[in-house]
Amino acid sequence: MAIIHDVMPVFELFQPTTVDDTLALLETYKKDAWVLAGGLDTFDWLKDRNKRRKVVVDLSGVQELRGVKTTADGGIEIGAATTLTDVVKHPLVKEKYPILMQAAELVASPQIRNQGTVGGNVSQDTRCWYYRSGWSCYRAGGNICYADTPSAINREHAIFDANRCVAVNPSDTAPALIALDARMVIRSSDGERVVDAETYFIGPSIDITRMTVLRPGELLTAIRVPATWAGAEFYFEKVRERQVWDFPLVNVAAVLKVSNGTIAGSRIVINAVAAHPVRLKAVEDAVAGKRRNEETARMAGELAVQGARPLAHNGYKIPLVRNLVKRAIRGEAQARA
Amino acid sequence: MADKKLVGQNYTTPDLRAKVTGRSKYAEDFRAEGMLFARLLLSPFPHARIQSIDTRAALAMPGVRAILTADDVPGPKDQVSDAGVVIRANPRSEKALTNEPLYQGEPVLAVAAVDELTAVEAIEKIKIRWERLPFSVDPVASLLPGAMNARVEGNVWVRPTPVQGQPAPLPEVIDLKWTEAEVEEYKAGRLPMGKDTDPSWSYGDIEAGFKKASLILDETFVTPNTSHQCLESRTSMAYWQNGKLFIHLSTQSTVQTVMSVVRWLSIEPENVVLISEYCGGGYGSKGTGTVSDVIPALLAKKTGTPVQMRISREEEHSIGGGRPAVHGRMKVGFTKEGRITAVDMFTVVEGGPYGPGNDGNTASRFASLLFQPEAMRWRGVTAITNTPPRRAQSQPGGMQGIVLMEPVVAKAARRLGIDQVEIRKINAPAGKARFGAADARGNRTYTTSCFVKEALDKGAQIFKWDERKARNGQREGSKVRGSGVAISAYNAGSVGFDGLFVIKPDGRMYIQTGIGNLGTESFSDCQRVAAEMMGMPWEKCELTWGDTSRNLPWSCVSGGSQTTHAMTRAAHATATDAIKKLQQIAAKDLGGRPEDYVVANERVARRGGGAGMTLAHAAQRAIELGGMYDGHEVPKEINAFTKRSAAALAGQGLMGVAKDAYPRDGASVSFVAAFAEVEADVETGVYRILDYLCVADVGTVIHPASLGGQVLGRSILGIGHAIGQRWVYDQQYGVALARRFYQNKPPSILDVPAHMDWAAVELPDPETPVGARGIGEPPVAAGCCAVLNAISAAVGDEVFVRAPVTLDHIVTALEMGRPTQARLTANV
Repeated sequence: MAIIHDVMPVFELFQPTTVDDTLALLETYKKDAWVLAGGLDTFDWLKDRNKRRKVVVDLSGVQELRGVKTTADGGIEIGAATTLTDVVKHPLVKEKYPILMQAAELVASPQIRNQGTVGGNVSQDTRCWYYRSGWSCYRAGGNICYADTPSAINREHAIFDANRCVAVNPSDTAPALIALDARMVIRSSDGERVVDAETYFIGPSIDITRMTVLRPGELLTAIRVPATWAGAEFYFEKVRERQVWDFPLVNVAAVLKVSNGTIAGSRIVINAVAAHPVRLKAVEDAVAGKRRNEETARMAGELAVQGARPLAHNGYKIPLVRNLVKRAIRGEAQARA
Repeated sequence: MADKKLVGQNYTTPDLRAKVTGRSKYAEDFRAEGMLFARLLLSPFPHARIQSIDTRAALAMPGVRAILTADDVPGPKDQVSDAGVVIRANPRSEKALTNEPLYQGEPVLAVAAVDELTAVEAIEKIKIRWERLPFSVDPVASLLPGAMNARVEGNVWVRPTPVQGQPAPLPEVIDLKWTEAEVEEYKAGRLPMGKDTDPSWSYGDIEAGFKKASLILDETFVTPNTSHQCLESRTSMAYWQNGKLFIHLSTQSTVQTVMSVVRWLSIEPENVVLISEYCGGGYGSKGTGTVSDVIPALLAKKTGTPVQMRISREEEHSIGGGRPAVHGRMKVGFTKEGRITAVDMFTVVEGGPYGPGNDGNTASRFASLLFQPEAMRWRGVTAITNTPPRRAQSQPGGMQGIVLMEPVVAKAARRLGIDQVEIRKINAPAGKARFGAADARGNRTYTTSCFVKEALDKGAQIFKWDERKARNGQREGSKVRGSGVAISAYNAGSVGFDGLFVIKPDGRMYIQTGIGNLGTESFSDCQRVAAEMMGMPWEKCELTWGDTSRNLPWSCVSGGSQTTHAMTRAAHATATDAIKKLQQIAAKDLGGRPEDYVVANERVARRGGGAGMTLAHAAQRAIELGGMYDGHEVPKEINAFTKRSAAALAGQGLMGVAKDAYPRDGASVSFVAAFAEVEADVETGVYRILDYLCVADVGTVIHPASLGGQVLGRSILGIGHAIGQRWVYDQQYGVALARRFYQNKPPSILDVPAHMDWAAVELPDPETPVGARGIGEPPVAAGCCAVLNAISAAVGDEVFVRAPVTLDHIVTALEMGRPTQARLTANV
């Protein structure tokens, strides 16, 4: 833990203008390099002096990482360094994937969305306040979870899939992208690999020190959203304490195909409940072929919280998840009825 | 002041353009030649003792100029008041740096270097051997048998009874633990009413009061610790020139802060030039500066170079201090008509490591004032914890006392089937209302005036209370609405300060003020009274403020809602002095008696028309006449500070200079009544404040726009206490977890009610010549309690037992049918 905060340590700054140059830098400096996109996660770590790197690679000059374009299959590809504001305002996002627009628009505050990128939003580190304070916990390479002691204040922590670490993923766009079955395009000097959004995020049982599959030397360059769920019915809700500039306590993203009042298919994802967004496959299976009504919604809500294990201060996340999933199945109109 | 051109009118304050265009310079904006930058090393531990400090590696770094430790900081010295009374220095008081840090984040040393980066790297090279000591960050936990204490000597303050003619005795620290029976009480969720160590008080027969009550509620409630969240952190910059200290800092008060700097540095007031033209918020935490403000001054002396110390947001969250949480138990008896017959109140204040403060006693006084119980007893304990120092925060003590009391009254009204506005009117104070403890002769203090019932009536009408209350508890889908009302009060004025202005032969009025510019605009608003009385257009008034080298008069502390009252009186006295002088000059030159002349429209002229002269000409005549007219002679009773300033300005024109010596019968207190409507979602616990109204009883309105800003701004501060703002500590490690805004959650702009409005009763205070009182404090508790009471109106009484009330506890309480918040503990 740094003895003094609020002044960034010295580092060497690189400002490449192409992805190739960026990858060459990441290859050269490997673990010594820190990728800087919007800076919302980065500067918090650097100013606190709790994470330090010899080299910072700033993506702000890499134009090819910005923008939204259509893909051959009728979907869209979003450059990883596209700002959240640009995602929110893009007509294709608004037209085809309003769930993503809504999720991105609920991130933090207008100022942060102007600066923060979609790649940064999905790749950001957890906000566990013990870990972020620089405590030498499991996630920081130590051998204790300070958020899971008898005195710990763990109101914002995990109810699912905890494994030594109880931190949660705080992203709002991540569950929307998983619901849309997006693909994450990852490049390194070795080439390109594409992973499902669902597998992009990892929990502590896979790697307790990382939130995503990104390895040193790798860069998330784009997010591809297929046409599969374009125009589907959707539901997104973020429950947060403050109505602007706050992380989710729980959020839910759901896309549904409904035919004559029957749920033909769905993808339902919740976040801020585990170290990774949680896709509710069992709920999706259970509601498939069911009438979209209060009974199905209630059943879905009950199913969603099975296996949840609350900590001392986060038991409220269970009724919250139950009710949010219920509302997702009901749909917005029913919620207001 | 029958014809009011200035008082009661909106205008552009003299600081406004600079603020909105960014030309205003705050402490951090100043630079001096060769200036060094200082950074602090803060204690990482809640309680420790420094065994050794090795600074060799740091001092060997290029660019590092000096290191200041606690050993370099002068100790507090005894003071002698103007009346010759010795005020003993408390050896347990907070110092700028310490070798025994009593909270995580307490400054232990400072490094001055050529830039901040060098200072920070030097700090990382300093090796400290710490002896870690027992600690407690929870006042209630520290009262349990066997628990650790926050100070080596104990966990609770006691204040020995003063002896007549002796210096006030210093507070002492004892080790206080609850008995087994009290622990059982605590386990049942009730604050034990055990041994009290604060100076308790009572009046009336509370047992008889409870006997005649139809309903007795016995409620335990906890108010939150909260940071002040000043937008401007408490940066300071200092240098020495020819033995004089020049210090730029962020402080609420101007001239009064000089006296703090003098005390902290043991120097003479004549040797301090203090510059603070703008202050980005204080809310009580920068009343007369903060002790850490003098660190750059000491480093500047050590290095012979100007030094600036910028305070980061995280540092602000520790050294800036906070409002003390109060754990309270209120046993309140009501007749079936809703009249409060008896209150038995017990408080445990979380006082932080230094103190003791006075929040417990103040809490009880305002609970007694607002609801006028027929009998009342207050007892309390001020506990010591290893958390940041507690400083005054808007409505200190009063806020917590009202937050303990208001939800009980709301609950009683529901139980008794009485309208919420009505039950408050039944118990509200009126006129010269008595409150608090009785003195040795059995007399209780009383207010100068109060119009709470009028505020409630006006508010109920504007808010359409009857329509809204009909919606309480009505469900629409998952949404349910509720409306709440609350009343609040606080001290709103002091007396006895000075005013100073000069009307020069150029026909302009040069007004000096020692009031701080802390954002309330009172530094300017109060002067409008003098300009109005002098018949001077505001455009011809030049205001000087914020720099003690520019000849300012002795003014009150800019805090505690005292300024508008205190300094409109001083302005009135000063204008009265100048008018008298003008009448005499006119009579001398134009004949007749002085009282034949009136001052109006930039002239002094015979009443009803006739001979007269311009004020410009009269100013020239004042210079020619000299003596008292141009300030060469000044009244004996004015403060030495004002005398020095008047001497510097003498001979430039007609001087108005006087001390407020007007009588006052009673204590000046302002009141508000606030109304809020919320809509809660029972499936998520999320609630929004739809509408808010606050009606103020502040006497004469001096400046409507700044009054409205204060009423609604401070309401938002209170609303923050209701909806989310808090401290969070890990009890095992004793350290703060909520270190950033996104964690300690001051309200955001979208948490503020979508619609907010304010109004004033506009009945002048009969005990002050201008009729005006202050307003900064009372809206805080009103904002908090109107929202709390609206929440319970929407979702019921069995939802919360502490503030803030957050969605997690609403959603679980509604599931469980009982409150699920942690009961008696702090900082969760």
